[in-house]
Amino acid sequence: MDILVFAEQREGKLKKTAYEVVSVGRSLTDESNGKLTAVIVGYNIKNISKELGKFGASNILVADDERLDKFVPSAYSRVVSSIIKNKNPDVVLFPFSSMGKDLMPSVAARLGVSAASDCTKVEISDGEIICHRPVYSGKAVAKVSFSNKPAVISLRPNTFSITEKPVSPNITEVEIELSPNDFLTIIKEIVSAESKRPDLTEADIIVAGGRGIGGSEKFSILEELADLLGAAVGASRSAVDAGWRPQKDQVGQTGKTVSPDLYIACGISGAIQHIAGISSAKYIVAINNDTEAPIFKVADYGIVGDLFEVVPAIIGELKNVP
Amino acid sequence: MNIVVCVKNVPDSETRIKILSDGVSIDESMIKFDTNPHDEYALEAAAQLKEKLGGEVTAICLGDDNATSTIKRCLACGADNAIHLVAQNSRMADSLVVAQALANEIKNISFDIILCGKQSSDTDSHLVGGLVAQILNIPCISMVNEISVSDKKVAASRDVEGAKEILECSLPCLLTAEKGLNKPRYPSLRDIMKAKKKEIKRKEIMLNQGGIEILSMEYPPPRNEGKIVGEGPEAVSELIKLLKEEAKVL
Ligand SMILES: Cc1cc2nc3c(=O)[nH]c(=O)nc-3n(C[C@H](O)[C@H](O)[C@H](O)COP(=O)(O)OP(=O)(O)OC[C@H]3O[C@@H](n4cnc5c(N)ncnc54)[C@H](O)[C@@H]3O)c2cc1C
Repeated sequence: MDILVFAEQREGKLKKTAYEVVSVGRSLTDESNGKLTAVIVGYNIKNISKELGKFGASNILVADDERLDKFVPSAYSRVVSSIIKNKNPDVVLFPFSSMGKDLMPSVAARLGVSAASDCTKVEISDGEIICHRPVYSGKAVAKVSFSNKPAVISLRPNTFSITEKPVSPNITEVEIELSPNDFLTIIKEIVSAESKRPDLTEADIIVAGGRGIGGSEKFSILEELADLLGAAVGASRSAVDAGWRPQKDQVGQTGKTVSPDLYIACGISGAIQHIAGISSAKYIVAINNDTEAPIFKVADYGIVGDLFEVVPAIIGELKNVP
Repeated sequence: MNIVVCVKNVPDSETRIKILSDGVSIDESMIKFDTNPHDEYALEAAAQLKEKLGGEVTAICLGDDNATSTIKRCLACGADNAIHLVAQNSRMADSLVVAQALANEIKNISFDIILCGKQSSDTDSHLVGGLVAQILNIPCISMVNEISVSDKKVAASRDVEGAKEILECSLPCLLTAEKGLNKPRYPSLRDIMKAKKKEIKRKEIMLNQGGIEILSMEYPPPRNEGKIVGEGPEAVSELIKLLKEEAKVL
């Protein structure tokens, strides 16, 4: 099975999802004796593309052009779809990141094929590719197969493991054909986030707060804990709607779906719409003063108590470690 | 400014899902339906743009008969016209097929902006908006949390990993709405009564199978049985120990 993966970079840095899609592509091609091709799009990116070889990307196609320096959805989609038409792979993998969410539908429509988003498992069964994708806000999982080629698939970030498998890659620069028509959407401005904390969808650990925090300034104790752990800070919808945290911090059905190794929920009751966003977290810790809070039903470890006593104790304990 | 807003009727967010014995679909008989949450932001944005710039809002909904409630809501919340593409058993239909049907209908409407929710909460695909834009060959800005329209141009901002982006495109275009774009209104009784007089154009359509087949639908794997480590700050040492030694995540 020949597989083509889209390796995302922003600002000349490969995203974690790039290693994820390459690792998944590698293991599927190994299993099916196929060929793996990684595509990377941007400007001045030849150097970073080499890093993908460490994860088994034996063929790397680089679309390097000044006009592709910033992510312009229509231009990237044009470039990626012409590469796909040219290479005719059986399977195309994207990350289900902001960039992937833009690219995949546009590429699929250009190719006239159906696509499966946000998959949490991809396997080959009887020579066919099968994807598992959570549906109904994570309350069910659909197993889907494809009758069109290529099968276009996006992978949930932070869910697939990254496996090193060093090869020395063939790196080829592709010819780029772009017309003014490919720049109907332009980027006016990019403002980098001030915070150095990882993004919620990429973080290994998330410390999240809900209505129990009681105010925006009180989130500082969660920020302190997050910074000790190198974690991201998340919030329930109540905390966002109260104006304590920005929308981009919201976790849940109408916020982000997250898959960290550890999710620490502080003063969050565990409403069904919140749980929708955290069910693929590996471990959940709940700190809540209500024994009956539904969050304890999904938590691996719970502490019943006032978060303003428990969180400082955690900070103290972590700081004490020599 | 003529606006088309695409809406879907979905199971209410509190719904418990019951998978039918056919193993591929869910029991919809006991389900309460509601407007897809992200579509409410799209609809509100459409209503606000119309109020500011004039023009008409047309709501278009592809779905079975249950969708009527969502269409009525659109008419009460700012839509002037509504088109119901009636397609039975279309809930989990392939997004490409759905987008083709929507695009096919929208083609006949004179519009400046198409607004969609960024994703629907049943298929969770995040595809239809982008597909419709590409099929109609118009620019698309997705996941927008701020829109400003001027001079045949739209500027919209959105949050991506680690940054805020401001994008610009010409009209006509398609925008997909993120939560936080606005505060969706509740229709007044008067709006609801007025909406009753508005016509819903019904068109029966047949969707083909598309390129994806659902082989099975399963419940997500159950989470491991959790435990209460203890009460108050005294439980913290034990928690840290478990996170380090048992879960190995610290
Ligand atoms: C269509 C729809 C979509 C939604 N989408 C989302 C979503 O994406 N994400 C989301 O989170 N919600 C979402 N919701 C809202 C959801 O239903 C809940 O209202 C929300 O999650 C509750 O937030 P919370 O847990 O912070 O607040 P509450 O439910 O009020 O819980 C606060 C908790 O804090 C505890 N607490 C209070 N003080 C302390 C203290 N000092 N120490 C310890 N514990 C304390 C309380 O015991 C309580 O359990 C959605 C709702 C709808 C209808």
